[in-house]
Amino acid sequence: MMGHWIIAPVVLPAIVAGVMVVAMRGDLILQRAASVAAIVALNAIAMALLWAATANGPEVYFLGDWPAPFGIVLVLDRLSAMMLVLLSGLALAVVLYAIGSGWDGKGAHFHALLQFLLMGIAGAFLTGDAFNLFVFFEVLLIASYGLMVHAGGGTRTRAGIQYVAFNLVGSSLFLFALALVYGVTGTLNMADLAEKLPALPEGDVALLRVAAVMLIMVFAIKGALVPLQFWLPGTYGNAPGVVAAMFAVMTKVGAYATLRFGTLVFPPDLPATGDLLGTLILPAALVTLIVGAIGTLGATTLPRLAAFAGISSMGTAFLAIAAFTPETTAVALYYVLHSTLATAVLFLATDLVSRRRSQLRLEESAPPIADAGLIGALFLASAVAMAGMPPLSGFIGKLLILDAFREQAALIWPVVLVSSFLMLLGFARAGSRLFWLPTATVAEPAKPLREPLAFCAAFALLAALVALTILAGPVTEWLSGTAASLYDGQGYIAANRLGQEG
Amino acid sequence: MEALVASLIGVLTAVGVYLMLRRRTFPVILGLTFLSYAVNLFIFASGRLTVNAAPIIGTAGTYADPLPQALGLTAIVISFGMTAVLMIMAIGGHLEAGHDRVNLDHPDEDQPQGQPDDHPWDQP
Amino acid sequence: MSLALIAALPFLGALLPGLMIRAGRDACAAMTGAVTLLALVLLAVNAPTVLAGGIVQTRIDWLPELGLNATFFLDGLGLLFAGLILGIGLLIILYARYYLSDADPMGQFYTYLLLFQGAMLGIVLSDNILLLLIFWELTSLSSFLLIGYWKHLPEGRQGARMALAVTGGGGLCLIAGMLILGGIVGSYDLTVILEQKDLIQASDWYLPALILILLGAFTKSAQFPFHFWLPHAMAAPTPVSAYLHSATMVKAGLFLMARLWPVLAGTPEWFWIVATTGLVTMVVAAKIALFKDDLKAVLAFSTVSHLGLITMLLGFGTKAAATVAVFHIINHATFKAALFMTAGIVDHSAHTRDLRRLGGLRTLMPITFAIALLASLSMAGIPPLNGFLSKELMLEEAAHTVWLTPWAMGVLATIGALFSVGYSFRFLAHGFLGPVRDDYPHTPHDPGPGLWAAPGLLAVLVVLIGLFPMASAAWLVDVVASAVTGEGVSAKISHWHGLAAPALWMSLVAIGGGLVLLGTYPSLRGLWDATPRPEAKPIFDAVIEALAATARALTDLLHNGSLARAIAVAVLAIAGAAAWAFSGGGHTSGTRALLPVDMVVVSLWAVMLLAALITPVYHTNRLVALILTGVVGLLIAPLFALFSAPDLALTQISVEVVTILLMLLALNFLPKTTPVESSATRRLSDAFVAGVAGAGIGWLAWAMLTREAAFAPISHYHLAQSKPGAGGTNAVNTIIVDFRGYDTFGEIIVLGIAALIIFALSETLLRSPTVTRRLASTPRRREDGDRHPVMLVVATRLLLPMAMMVGVYIYLRGHNMPGGGFVAGLVFAIAYLMQYLASGYVWSHGRQRYDHHVLIGWGVLVASLSGVGAWLFGLPFLTSGYDYFTIWPLQEFELATASIFDLGVFLCVLGAVLLALASLARLGLRTGEAANTRAFDIDPAKETR
Repeated sequence: MMGHWIIAPVVLPAIVAGVMVVAMRGDLILQRAASVAAIVALNAIAMALLWAATANGPEVYFLGDWPAPFGIVLVLDRLSAMMLVLLSGLALAVVLYAIGSGWDGKGAHFHALLQFLLMGIAGAFLTGDAFNLFVFFEVLLIASYGLMVHAGGGTRTRAGIQYVAFNLVGSSLFLFALALVYGVTGTLNMADLAEKLPALPEGDVALLRVAAVMLIMVFAIKGALVPLQFWLPGTYGNAPGVVAAMFAVMTKVGAYATLRFGTLVFPPDLPATGDLLGTLILPAALVTLIVGAIGTLGATTLPRLAAFAGISSMGTAFLAIAAFTPETTAVALYYVLHSTLATAVLFLATDLVSRRRSQLRLEESAPPIADAGLIGALFLASAVAMAGMPPLSGFIGKLLILDAFREQAALIWPVVLVSSFLMLLGFARAGSRLFWLPTATVAEPAKPLREPLAFCAAFALLAALVALTILAGPVTEWLSGTAASLYDGQGYIAANRLGQEG
Repeated sequence: MEALVASLIGVLTAVGVYLMLRRRTFPVILGLTFLSYAVNLFIFASGRLTVNAAPIIGTAGTYADPLPQALGLTAIVISFGMTAVLMIMAIGGHLEAGHDRVNLDHPDEDQPQGQPDDHPWDQP
Repeated sequence: MSLALIAALPFLGALLPGLMIRAGRDACAAMTGAVTLLALVLLAVNAPTVLAGGIVQTRIDWLPELGLNATFFLDGLGLLFAGLILGIGLLIILYARYYLSDADPMGQFYTYLLLFQGAMLGIVLSDNILLLLIFWELTSLSSFLLIGYWKHLPEGRQGARMALAVTGGGGLCLIAGMLILGGIVGSYDLTVILEQKDLIQASDWYLPALILILLGAFTKSAQFPFHFWLPHAMAAPTPVSAYLHSATMVKAGLFLMARLWPVLAGTPEWFWIVATTGLVTMVVAAKIALFKDDLKAVLAFSTVSHLGLITMLLGFGTKAAATVAVFHIINHATFKAALFMTAGIVDHSAHTRDLRRLGGLRTLMPITFAIALLASLSMAGIPPLNGFLSKELMLEEAAHTVWLTPWAMGVLATIGALFSVGYSFRFLAHGFLGPVRDDYPHTPHDPGPGLWAAPGLLAVLVVLIGLFPMASAAWLVDVVASAVTGEGVSAKISHWHGLAAPALWMSLVAIGGGLVLLGTYPSLRGLWDATPRPEAKPIFDAVIEALAATARALTDLLHNGSLARAIAVAVLAIAGAAAWAFSGGGHTSGTRALLPVDMVVVSLWAVMLLAALITPVYHTNRLVALILTGVVGLLIAPLFALFSAPDLALTQISVEVVTILLMLLALNFLPKTTPVESSATRRLSDAFVAGVAGAGIGWLAWAMLTREAAFAPISHYHLAQSKPGAGGTNAVNTIIVDFRGYDTFGEIIVLGIAALIIFALSETLLRSPTVTRRLASTPRRREDGDRHPVMLVVATRLLLPMAMMVGVYIYLRGHNMPGGGFVAGLVFAIAYLMQYLASGYVWSHGRQRYDHHVLIGWGVLVASLSGVGAWLFGLPFLTSGYDYFTIWPLQEFELATASIFDLGVFLCVLGAVLLALASLARLGLRTGEAANTRAFDIDPAKETR
């Protein structure tokens, strides 16, 4: 039993950030130390939680000691624990990269905002209360707004405006949906909803379905599902590279929430909603996959290319989610892990290039960049992963998905294969233009940047990707268990001890 | 009375969305403000309408549903913070780019250094 | 285990060259060779078992759920290919050591080479078709790197991209094919699949699987119409060409066809697709080869042609034909690798590969000539060399195969042979024979043994196999052919099959015709150059470019950076999905008793509706729009109050005030008007979108207001527990600070972050030169003499403590009456704000003892710690306790730990608002606003004098 440790991933970053703001405002070194220390601790905690969740099943933390569904609860289960591990691992690489590349010094409060972002994402993964999920969505969003415009710049700031404005629409939608849920059911606790909804009167079904769709749309905005993806290229393409890498996990928050609600609150066997979610998500996911792949081939700058590759991988993830069966969900989880790491590596490689290249447009040739060898290797690896080529986990994920969708092979296989062909072309064009230069432009010498830490961080992420590939067997086995536990919600609901005092 | 509130929520939403579809930052922000008005009323409405039943224990026989009110408070505060952030970003974008358009003209426009201000900076 | 090790060795070894290059080029090459040699030795260890007819297997579980496992097996076929890959690999490593110039990064080269070698070994050793797929695509990737090795050559880049596109694309088809195949059999293990011929060929999925798999094989083996990539891959350094195109990459396709021969071959589909493709490829490529001038181009097309030949033989589907195919694979590998290397030598020493500029090398480089002579005669199929033997057998098979008509196959095969004799002879005649010229770009001479050793060795093999086929090759052929066909084979290879054998006459025709071709070459060449024909590369490039251009156009069209469109699309999508969902479920209209209409509400409603509706009309004047917005916002407060939500009313009103103030300040830095930029139709469509959203939400609100919740709302608990449980009579406040204090915790953090962002961004702005320039150029509105009138200053000073009293009061009563830390914070903020208004930023800020950051930080900390405090009592985060105290002379009063949390709220709100305003004020100072250091504009001291 983890007890108070369950809330540590939320409170720890909050306190650290608070201390930073009070005492370390002026001292970047102190901030760095505190930030790294906190994230290392977060990793340890996440690991412990993962172990506990695997060993003991779902565990509930009753905030304010109020019984569910009246108070707010945190629920630790295999899924939330896994997402926490993913989050903290990525955060460690990102913070080290930020320090190594000096990004964190290019504006105020980088580390405080990063800590708040972690707090928000962790809170979103852990909470068992629908409205509280909104609150922590806002925490992570506003932190991301700050990080998005970190270091300023005209285009970046204006891209930030779009990002904020569009997501505020999403937040409003979220609130409409939640109010509707409460108005219809009179409760907000997710387990309580799961327990009550099967008994929903026939006359209220339509309104509930509307609420469900609105919620899924909110998550789809986070997950950049077509036609709600328009915000992503501008945002990821203009955000500081290191921030974009961190954002790789934010799209997964959308995927997580979709899975959570789609399996717990609106499971496929719930008469009111049935396969509503699946039928809505599946086509959108396929289109997303294609749109992302086309964008990868058609992108004019490296950051945009990375952004579209990210969109495409979200399409793949949602494709696996949409089927809402334990088998496909296990695949989806594997792909979520892969896609997060791969996208992050790609964005870090992109940043390494961007900061060395005189201009970002891919058509125009530029002087050769420094450290081209290492960066090229990193780019190649991430491209291989994103395009789903062997030997990295992307290929395994793709095999798993193709295998899982044998029944709809005629529709889904071509989409998946063609899109990875397009991505292959796109990456090959971009890569050969960036790293293989015609002699003509080997003019002015590139100034080398000394940033070993940044490289270590990037390659550490790559190593994680490799590990995910080699350990595919045990990992998928564990994920299958996790997926199975998602589909029998009883453990989760029981842990909430609904309506029982203390 | 319910009809009044419902129609009001609808109108506020519509106005908000319409303003958000404008092409300058300021109207977009006003649009978001309207949208948040609508949202807050909607949340409040999820507790249904009651008169003379403030949820202060001991002041009345029946009480209005306090939960949506509490949620509404949270929503108001959060949207306040969001508006403030968007505002400073709008200022920043305007000061950096010299105009306050919301659209990113070219998908990957480069840093507009001293590009001509179609929208004169110093105007009355 | 050892098999897995063989496949793994090159990958592990791939790291070494990169390091060893530091120890010199020889060390680098030696290390690479050592790795390959070690793998070869390991292979040799397993060879006896295989030659004795057994197979070796290793199995490592990787991903059992999927059926993807690291299982390897070695049989005759695998042994042959692994042998070729490693054996010829060794020769290539030796050759490349002396071929690469000092300018070329050799470490990189050998690293790529080993990666490629490993991938190839993986293909031929895999016992799991998914694993095979992984290695298959790896060869595409690693060959991409090898072909593009000379980064400075555009041809290199294009050739590499083309090879990757074609073979990688084919690989994707192969994935689908293999998955189908595995699906039919129910296992991805080759050894299992190879048992299931009948099951597979009976399945409805046989044809799709066959086509997809063949697409993979044909693209890899450069079969017509995918043959075009191979010649362009010749931009690679010659060692690469020699390796990829004689023994390895292009043979992977053949390997795959041979590997799956037992289960796929023997059907009419197989015969027609494979044999025909092979035949066409053989003839077409041979013809083209005849008219190429670049030595490597001739060899490239000749390679394509020979691959076609082997494909055709596999296509026949007979045991005998398959045997010949195997034999020719061996022979082709020997003479073709040798020829590529000689071409490289010529290029190296004469600095050209153009047949038109060569000739007469026979006397200048005799050793090279000798090698070229043997190898190309073998390629031409001249007895007694090994090429002759397999060519003869091929013709024999062709002669006995019915394709369309009984004789068509034979004739076409002969024509193919005829062409290949032609280009082989031309290779010799125009390259080496004839008079010595004086216009070579560089005077040719034989290189050192380092370069000719490898091809020389191969030439010896050519002769050996040619002279003693039974002794030197037949045993191997038998083992391999048995592995391919799955039944025992004992090949009879001889030079003379008697006069009755059609093959004899066919080869005679071929040789004679070849000589004629050579004799009449000039005229033929003229004819060839005169006839127009499609060039593959431009077509391919055009296709790819078109694809990319379309993709780009589509992407930019879709993501054109318009926020309005993104929102409009989102709104409509959401509305559509919601409507669709609604239609799919039952709905009964609500039965809740409605409240009677109250005139006050009606009038409020009317005013707000009016204000809201005219805002879009007058929004171009931003001040007006802001005022209208404020009106609506402020009027919501009384509405809340009327519907018994005093806390909401209080918060709404105070937040609204601060928001409007903030926006007014912001308007200083923004244009004062919004230009009308959208057409009337556009505004109409926008209005439509807005209408859809409004109608939808309004309808939902109505539906919700007119019905009861399906289940008893959980808030009954909050009402019941507010006093006894949370110790407060104001249920809303107890929910905020206690029941759902965790929400509030997040909420104040949002506020704090907002302030931090505002601060950070304004900091960044102040550092930007563009911004400071623009700020400085801001025209200031006329400043009236007394910006800080005495009366106002005095009033605000007096007001400050009172406002604070009010704030404290609101804070304290919050728990039981409307109010609380949040509103209190805002009241304090406003009180301070007034000081700023009265005496200006600089003066007030000068009297600021601590930074606003501290307030925010402490707010977050106090809130967090008040929550953590509960842990000391073994209670969960944010658990609050309360008790009643009496301190004389006060009456009994209550203290709840929740109020400590509320204090955090208070601090955070106060700090956030002040920091935000201060940041804006600092921007304002840059506009040249007079910074007053005194409380008033006029100095009272001066006035009195």
